[in-house]
Amino acid sequence: MATDAAAEGRSALDRLIEEARPKRTLAQRLKRFARRKPAGAVSAVVLILLALVAAFAPFIATHDPIRDQVAAERLDAPSASHLMGTDNLGRDVFSRVVYGARISLQVGFLAIGLGTAIGMVVGVLSGYLGGKLDLIVQRLVDVMMGFPFIILAMLLVVALGASLLNVGIALSVAIVPRVVRLSRSSTLSVKEEVYVLAAVTIGVSLPRMVLRHILPNTLGPVFVLATGALGGVIVAEAGLAFLGLGIPPPSPSWGGMLNVGARGYMEAAPWMVIFPGIALSVVVFTFALLGDALRDVLDPRLRRGDS
Amino acid sequence: MGTLLEVRELRTEFNSEGGVVKAVDGVSYDLQEGETLGLVGESGCGKSVSALSLLRLIPNPPGRIVGGEVVFEGRDLLRLSEGEMRRIRGNKIAMIFQEPMTSLNPVLTIGRQLTETVELHMGYSYEAAVRRSVELLEMVGIPDAKSRLGSYPHQFSGGMRQRVMIAIALSCNPRLLLADEATTALDVTIQAQILELIKRLSSELGTAVIIITHNLGVVARYADRVNVMYAGKIIERGSADEIYENPRHPYTRGLLGSVPRLDVDREDRLASIEGMPPDLDRLPPGCSFVPRCPHADDRCRAEYPPLTSNGDDAHVYACWKGHEFGPLELVQANA
Repeated sequence: MATDAAAEGRSALDRLIEEARPKRTLAQRLKRFARRKPAGAVSAVVLILLALVAAFAPFIATHDPIRDQVAAERLDAPSASHLMGTDNLGRDVFSRVVYGARISLQVGFLAIGLGTAIGMVVGVLSGYLGGKLDLIVQRLVDVMMGFPFIILAMLLVVALGASLLNVGIALSVAIVPRVVRLSRSSTLSVKEEVYVLAAVTIGVSLPRMVLRHILPNTLGPVFVLATGALGGVIVAEAGLAFLGLGIPPPSPSWGGMLNVGARGYMEAAPWMVIFPGIALSVVVFTFALLGDALRDVLDPRLRRGDS
Repeated sequence: MGTLLEVRELRTEFNSEGGVVKAVDGVSYDLQEGETLGLVGESGCGKSVSALSLLRLIPNPPGRIVGGEVVFEGRDLLRLSEGEMRRIRGNKIAMIFQEPMTSLNPVLTIGRQLTETVELHMGYSYEAAVRRSVELLEMVGIPDAKSRLGSYPHQFSGGMRQRVMIAIALSCNPRLLLADEATTALDVTIQAQILELIKRLSSELGTAVIIITHNLGVVARYADRVNVMYAGKIIERGSADEIYENPRHPYTRGLLGSVPRLDVDREDRLASIEGMPPDLDRLPPGCSFVPRCPHADDRCRAEYPPLTSNGDDAHVYACWKGHEFGPLELVQANA
């Protein structure tokens, strides 16, 4: 009887503690994030704007990025009718930069999505199962990491043919080894947790174990890596396009615009290079900032106080 | 009541840099249905490893079960396939661990974790599993069970988490519950609550329990019988009362003597067992307790003593001199 009363007292206490815990709405949490990580918040806003620009490109662009070619308006300097001037074919640079956001984001998310999905599954399995599989997978990863990735991507684009999908696939190859390493190392630590042993003691099967108990616990660091790498992938796409191996013209890709602009028009029409270059820099920089902010927030080792 | 579990000559070894560590070295015991058995010993004596061996959860490598039988409901668990073993884990034999703070998955809600076991083993639909989960949470004394299903483990205190672990462990009405230091990490008042809960539920559900602990107080209060382990072997076994009143092995006597007492003058020194537990990869040829035993002689150093009794077969001990010792005075007041 006495212990029952004690138990009731305890659970009442538990409830009090529970109620005393700060409960935050999504809006409050976002506000908190903005206060603690202003740079991260600004970059998040910039990226949301960018995504909106990409989504509503037809409404924002003043001209058709491909078809509006006016011979008389070739290489015009920025003006009221052409905010960022025109290129060597008389196309509106502003409209092309706006549409280029679509391509950059599409390629970026495609490459990152594919790369992290494959990398996570391989990495988690490699870490969880260990043994020979782990050994083989990790040596393959070593090989991939030792190979200059832009050359690998170029080879793949040449082999597969240049298209948005293939460029995405080629660039995802760059992400895979890094994600494999990261997921594997997170898995190695998660696998030692008591709750994993506890899951084994209730008779969980291997797929369920991996998908439900291990993988969700390794997501944080991978998410951070993916965000940070998005910028890198977008630059790499521009790099491929610059080398003539990107999304084929006349699609308005920032890298492709740089490629054309830098070949002979730098002096005559610097706006052909400057504006896509700025767009590219801003995107890469904001993704990097957001990645850093997310790492600080998600990584418990770098977390100060509670969150 | 029949025999639920019979462990015979169980041996589990670990390969380490220094050689082969015999963590469990020929352990035999049996467990009746519904019985509560205490497995006592100090850190590193092999008690946890012997429990994990029952469920075949020894990480391999470096560990390996090298011999023996674990006969559970008439079947030798060591000979079952991995798939058959999975149907036993959580369903017939469940386990709770020392660390309630880390034995729940932080990214899943309490509800998801509770329903997992019944979905796995009882084939419950999601709705039935949820209903069962509420029932289980109420059973282990968590108020407002329904609204708690959506909570995450970090929103619970240690004691509540251990209650949830018990609910998960008992969700399929297992025949055997292994409680590996289940209350060690909790403070004393919560310890008592959790142990009372285990005791009440195990007697209601007819579940046999193996309590693994270094806490002799816990064993005295909750176990029917006690196995004392030292250096990978069982060195004394008897009913809890018998072990406390008539300990025969010098190690058991030392353990009982070193329990701090509130009713003894504080000026006195606390009794302790001298020395350290032996390295399990370098055991002496005779009795493993020799280096720390005040009574050891040449025979103890040369030959390992078998489990013998002093007439009463229910109380056995592995000591050449066990029959010489009288009742331990220190524990009279406790018993």
